[in-house]
Amino acid sequence: MDFTIPEDIKHMQDLTRRFVKEEVLPREEEIEERDEIPEDIVKKLKELGFFGVTIPKEYGGLGIGTLGWSIMNIELGKGHPAIGGFLSLNNGTGWRGLYLYGREDQKQKYLPGVASGDIITAFGLTEPEAGSDAANIQTHADKEGDNYVINGRKHFISNGPIADLVTVMVVTDKAKRARGGISAFLVEKGTSGFRPGQTHRKMGNKGAQQSELIFEDCVVPASNMVGQLGDGFKVAMCTLDETRLTVLAGAVGMAERCMEMSRDYAKMRVQFGKPIAEFQAIQWMLADMATEIYASKMMLYNAAWRYDQGERITREAAMFKLYASEMVCRCADRALQIHGGMGYMKELPIERIYRDARLLRIVDGTSEIQKLIIAKDILKEG
Amino acid sequence: MNIVCCIKQVPDTATVIKIDPEEKHIQREGITYIVSPYDEFAVEEALQIKEKLGDTTVTVVTMGPERAKEALRQCFAMGADEGYHLVDDAFDDSDTYATATTLAAAIKKIDFDLIICGKHAVDGDTSQVGAQVAELLDIPQVSMIMKEEINDDKKTAVVNRQLEGGEEVLEVQLPSLWTCQKGLNEPRYPTLKGIMGTKKKPITDFTVSDLGLSPEEVGLLGSKTDVSKMYPPPPRLPGRIVEGEPEEAVKELAKLLREEAKVI
Ligand SMILES: Cc1cc2nc3c(=O)[nH]c(=O)nc-3n(C[C@H](O)[C@H](O)[C@H](O)COP(=O)(O)OP(=O)(O)OC[C@H]3O[C@@H](n4cnc5c(N)ncnc54)[C@H](O)[C@@H]3O)c2cc1C
Ligand SMILES: Cc1cc2nc3c(=O)[nH]c(=O)nc-3n(C[C@H](O)[C@H](O)[C@H](O)COP(=O)(O)OP(=O)(O)OC[C@H]3O[C@@H](n4cnc5c(N)ncnc54)[C@H](O)[C@@H]3O)c2cc1C
Repeated sequence: MDFTIPEDIKHMQDLTRRFVKEEVLPREEEIEERDEIPEDIVKKLKELGFFGVTIPKEYGGLGIGTLGWSIMNIELGKGHPAIGGFLSLNNGTGWRGLYLYGREDQKQKYLPGVASGDIITAFGLTEPEAGSDAANIQTHADKEGDNYVINGRKHFISNGPIADLVTVMVVTDKAKRARGGISAFLVEKGTSGFRPGQTHRKMGNKGAQQSELIFEDCVVPASNMVGQLGDGFKVAMCTLDETRLTVLAGAVGMAERCMEMSRDYAKMRVQFGKPIAEFQAIQWMLADMATEIYASKMMLYNAAWRYDQGERITREAAMFKLYASEMVCRCADRALQIHGGMGYMKELPIERIYRDARLLRIVDGTSEIQKLIIAKDILKEG
Repeated sequence: MNIVCCIKQVPDTATVIKIDPEEKHIQREGITYIVSPYDEFAVEEALQIKEKLGDTTVTVVTMGPERAKEALRQCFAMGADEGYHLVDDAFDDSDTYATATTLAAAIKKIDFDLIICGKHAVDGDTSQVGAQVAELLDIPQVSMIMKEEINDDKKTAVVNRQLEGGEEVLEVQLPSLWTCQKGLNEPRYPTLKGIMGTKKKPITDFTVSDLGLSPEEVGLLGSKTDVSKMYPPPPRLPGRIVEGEPEEAVKELAKLLREEAKVI
């Protein structure tokens, strides 16, 4: 049980922390108001190598595992979470299936561009009729000669409006569905019959873009299939195991920021002649925050490390996802309470974190779905 | 060209410094360390020279305990090529003269055309080491540079140094030693790839005997000054608002400034 962070990862953590402090925090309001990540920040992230942290070295990435990237994403969570969310697609969600199931020539073709940030990726599973019940997707692909013709509509797809490469799950056999009837395809931007639809307007998660993806007789060569015919559901599920760890690492950072801001504010804000930090009601909230942050960090470190060792961590990833997403909502709520009216004002980032945190109980599988996954695993594996 | 940068590992400027009970040292527990910011200017400038001239090696040298290797690797992550670590218990408690003696002895063993230091280290704050190293090596020195340009012959350079209210432009021979002032450059971020590559770059350790020095010439024994006491500055008293009508308040203020603060 050695929890020492390796020196190189520590240096990456330091760099990320410094980047957040110097480049992101001074501009978090700008990101929020303009609802986009400024071009020059994206350019710097590219130069520093942030798009290819987890991509293996042979494909031009740094080959830092899930633990390392999670530790960095905790730091990104302390800035504006749009940045960590954006980078997470190129650091896993957008290519994990391709890497685990794809062919060598597909990896050679795409991964170096993903690592450099020249190819922006997306992951297309959810549809109007298929959210929690992902196996109910309607978008389908029909074989015609050496090609497949895709028809249907995805929605809520992160990076949808800007992605250069999307991994799309489609039905190839209606009778089989999740049991071999769903396949995954790589679809490039500009493929005829494929276009992003309407961009969604949201409660929070500003700076990140989600849209529909529309397929109307979209023709892709059969060689764009990821893995074998019918592997699509596995491709999607194995992607989500890792995503649940790395994306929710950002929640730990958001919660830490809530705690730190609350601590500082409570020491400074005087009511009834003393700092509110001296009231036990406030102290308990701080203690609860710190305890829950610590617990979620330990869950993350352990599960991410085990994933890097090649273990199956479906249950642990679901447990962490469930706990961390609920935890960050409680922390944002307490931080707002401790800041009183000030916490509700746009001058402070707390109202924003409050809105951003709420997403995390929905995206990448709702809390209810995480409980289903955990329970199913308990009942099956013991 | 071979450029040597002297870099020092110092407590993070954001750390709250506590003094140990003996009143000779600061407490080391719980401190995070960084490369002294002025030394980052030195490394940045060396890297910019390398990018401009090509065919240049940037060497970083530090004296300090085992943990100072981390500072060398931080410079590697920025782009420095190799490092020397002057590490020996005998170096403990060096003053500026002993520090400069040790650094100069090490640099003599390295082929160099230019030495760049920080203007001052943000902990010891004496601004002496750079100048002393130059004297011990008997080479010209330019302190507090704001701008530099190495001439095509690579034997001379034009260097601007900061003066009170202006700048001085000098031509200087190489090899020489320069110290960096704030404003010279913006140190780059280390890249993630740079961080990954740091373990492959060589660090050579030098002990007292490797440098051909005797233990009496370095550390506490080789020091010409002795710290007799270290103490924090007295805490600042809170400000006071003088109330009342302006005319009365000003009179009261003048009285306080003369009688209590004793500044007028
Ligand atoms: C900002 C944002 C970004 C997203 N990015 C992506 C993306 O990049 N790629 C992608 O494919 N998808 C993405 N999604 C979609 C996201 O994964 C889904 O919204 C999520 O899985 C929930 O599906 P749904 O919205 O259809 O809700 P529904 O499935 O309709 O759920 C409604 C409610 O019913 C509950 N419920 C459903 N089934 C059960 C059950 N069996 N037992 C108990 N309760 C149940 C749910 O927990 C929820 O509370 C994104 C969503 C958002 C909001
Ligand atoms: C453990 C300890 C004990 C000490 N004991 C004494 C003592 O007994 N008496 C006393 O007078 N002082 C003592 N000092 C302070 C000592 O004088 C200075 O820390 C040291 O000599 C460097 O001086 P400075 O920090 O003022 O550097 P400056 O002169 O301000 O630094 C200028 C530049 O010199 C270079 N440089 C400085 N130090 C190093 C280094 N170690 N390695 C590489 N480059 C360097 C850097 O480029 C730096 O930017 C002690 C310091 C320590 C850490």
